[in-house]
Amino acid sequence: MSIQAQSDPSKSSYYVSDALYRELIANFSDWQRDDRVVTDVAERDRFRMLIEREARLLDQLRYEDWIALYAPECIYWVPSTPNAGDPRREIAVMFDDRRRLEDRIYRLRTGFAWSQAPASRTVRLISNVEVFATDRDAVRMVRSNFLISEFWGDETRILTGWAGHRVMQNGDRCEIQAKQVNLIDCDQCIRNPSIFL
Amino acid sequence: MTRLERIGAAPRRIDGGALYDWDELVQEERAHRLIYTDPAIFTHEMTHVFGATWTYLAHESEIPNDNDFITRRMGLRPLIIVRDSNGQIRALYNRCTHRGTTLCRWDKGNAKSFQCPYHGWNFLNTGKLRGVPWPDGYACDFREAKYNIAQVPRVESYRGFIFGTLNPDALPLVEHLGPITKPIDEWLDRNPGGKVVVCEANRIKYKGNWKLAYDNSCDGYHVVYSHRSLLETENRFAGDNAKGMSYYRNSPDSLPMYMRYTGHGNHFKDKRPNVEKRSGGLWAMESAHPGMEHYEEKFKQRHGERAFDLLDLAGSEPVNINVFPNFSLLGNHIQVFEPISVGETNAIWYGTMIVDANGDIGEEAVNDINALRMRTQEGFPNFGEVDDVANFEQIQRGLDALEDEWVYMHRGLGIPDRIKTHEDGSITAPATDEAFMREHFKEWKRLMKARPNLAIQREP
Repeated sequence: MSIQAQSDPSKSSYYVSDALYRELIANFSDWQRDDRVVTDVAERDRFRMLIEREARLLDQLRYEDWIALYAPECIYWVPSTPNAGDPRREIAVMFDDRRRLEDRIYRLRTGFAWSQAPASRTVRLISNVEVFATDRDAVRMVRSNFLISEFWGDETRILTGWAGHRVMQNGDRCEIQAKQVNLIDCDQCIRNPSIFL
Repeated sequence: MTRLERIGAAPRRIDGGALYDWDELVQEERAHRLIYTDPAIFTHEMTHVFGATWTYLAHESEIPNDNDFITRRMGLRPLIIVRDSNGQIRALYNRCTHRGTTLCRWDKGNAKSFQCPYHGWNFLNTGKLRGVPWPDGYACDFREAKYNIAQVPRVESYRGFIFGTLNPDALPLVEHLGPITKPIDEWLDRNPGGKVVVCEANRIKYKGNWKLAYDNSCDGYHVVYSHRSLLETENRFAGDNAKGMSYYRNSPDSLPMYMRYTGHGNHFKDKRPNVEKRSGGLWAMESAHPGMEHYEEKFKQRHGERAFDLLDLAGSEPVNINVFPNFSLLGNHIQVFEPISVGETNAIWYGTMIVDANGDIGEEAVNDINALRMRTQEGFPNFGEVDDVANFEQIQRGLDALEDEWVYMHRGLGIPDRIKTHEDGSITAPATDEAFMREHFKEWKRLMKARPNLAIQREP
């Protein structure tokens, strides 16, 4: 395998290692601290716009534009327990690297993903956005609450929870390094869990 | 002009109008829509199937220590599965003997006793009543057994899998399982020490009858159609090295995989003969998962020739081992079907991890294998099961058509030399055959016709 192929996280997964798991667990522990809240309105608004834009792109099924918001080596994590245990020892609702996120997009685009044929129609409400500083100047953690109203099949249902985004300022651009989606009913049976959250 | 199809007379009800003639409802090649849609049949199943035969309840690793408990259901009965203070595994009814309140509202925990939140009656985790508030207001003798919690009278384990039945006349569990124990043993014994530990689950519910999931459990016919999006996705980089279940794509019936019916509604689809018998054979078929390349490199560097044996432990075992009515081992999952109502079912995919039972793998390697194994297990529920349950829901919807009464299960029926009966009484057929379904419906009918003497038990 060439070095280039090795380094392309759309094609191979060298970055999901024990070191990454350890860092991820540490980054998503004890981060919502009052002494780290970012109070600057302009900065907070910048992150709120990022999260709202992400929600709009998903509502519009613009998956390629959506995934472009993420860093090349990203993690998308929906734990199956309320306090998000160790994903190395616990099945998650979803635990995706970039390639698997692209697998999901690919599957939805095949036309044979019966769980999304026809596709769900969604409206996402994002609120209570709080931004937290981290040990790294260029990295912020963002907490937001969400309600996803999803029409599929014969019902409109509401998926509820809160998300944690780890966002890195990279020049002029903000990249989402990791997103943790905490459904309030993550440890219960969920009907048709097949949209991006 | 097309010929009009005459609509059949409504199925006859027997037993004073409460039940049906089961032989009319389920015939050799077809089943009536009512078995999936009639609430009265569902109610009958909750005693005659979930109750009268062995139902899977839990895995012993979920309650490893004395006083550990989890809450589960047997059919609609709420249960507390507990390892009591003496280490005995019991299935207590989660129901206060006073007013019927559930005693425990948590999914799991550790408790020596359960106190009813309503009036404070307190029970030991053996089920025995310990005390009630202000007993001087009662004239009765609370030492009478009727005040102790009801429990499932027969709870037996087979190598860690806990089953229960209310039927005193049921065969011992191991005899009931019969020849299906062989693939269960093989499924366990590929893991170090023959052990697995349950580690959370992918939990899915669907608006459809529970039997739609069991009918699907051994079905090799749906794979390339229901799972087309999965097969296309997992092969998007594969080239000539077909991944996952791609072997179903061309002439699946000519491949060495097969289905085997072993009696009592239990069946087994064995896809292992399609896999190369070599170290790494399983791993080579595994589709892309997070961390796959990193860990493969690490194992090759650290473990040399043994690397692919270890990686195979993270690969999905290509079997479906199904114990009627609610248990399935597939890949590395323990899948459990929970009926909720005639048209609603939970399908829970419990993940399993390995332990270093013989101490010859090492903590770091075991952790790495499990990290990979979590990700391989998340694949199918996310990319495959969602499409199956969408189809189950659409079957349930299709069966709302009252006049079009029958669904068919006759694939393979009547073709000479296709189905083979073996000395031990088991039946084998090609992987896409529906013989397993015809056979498990014979068991379903036997149970529905029977008049079992169901019983509960209380501590004396």
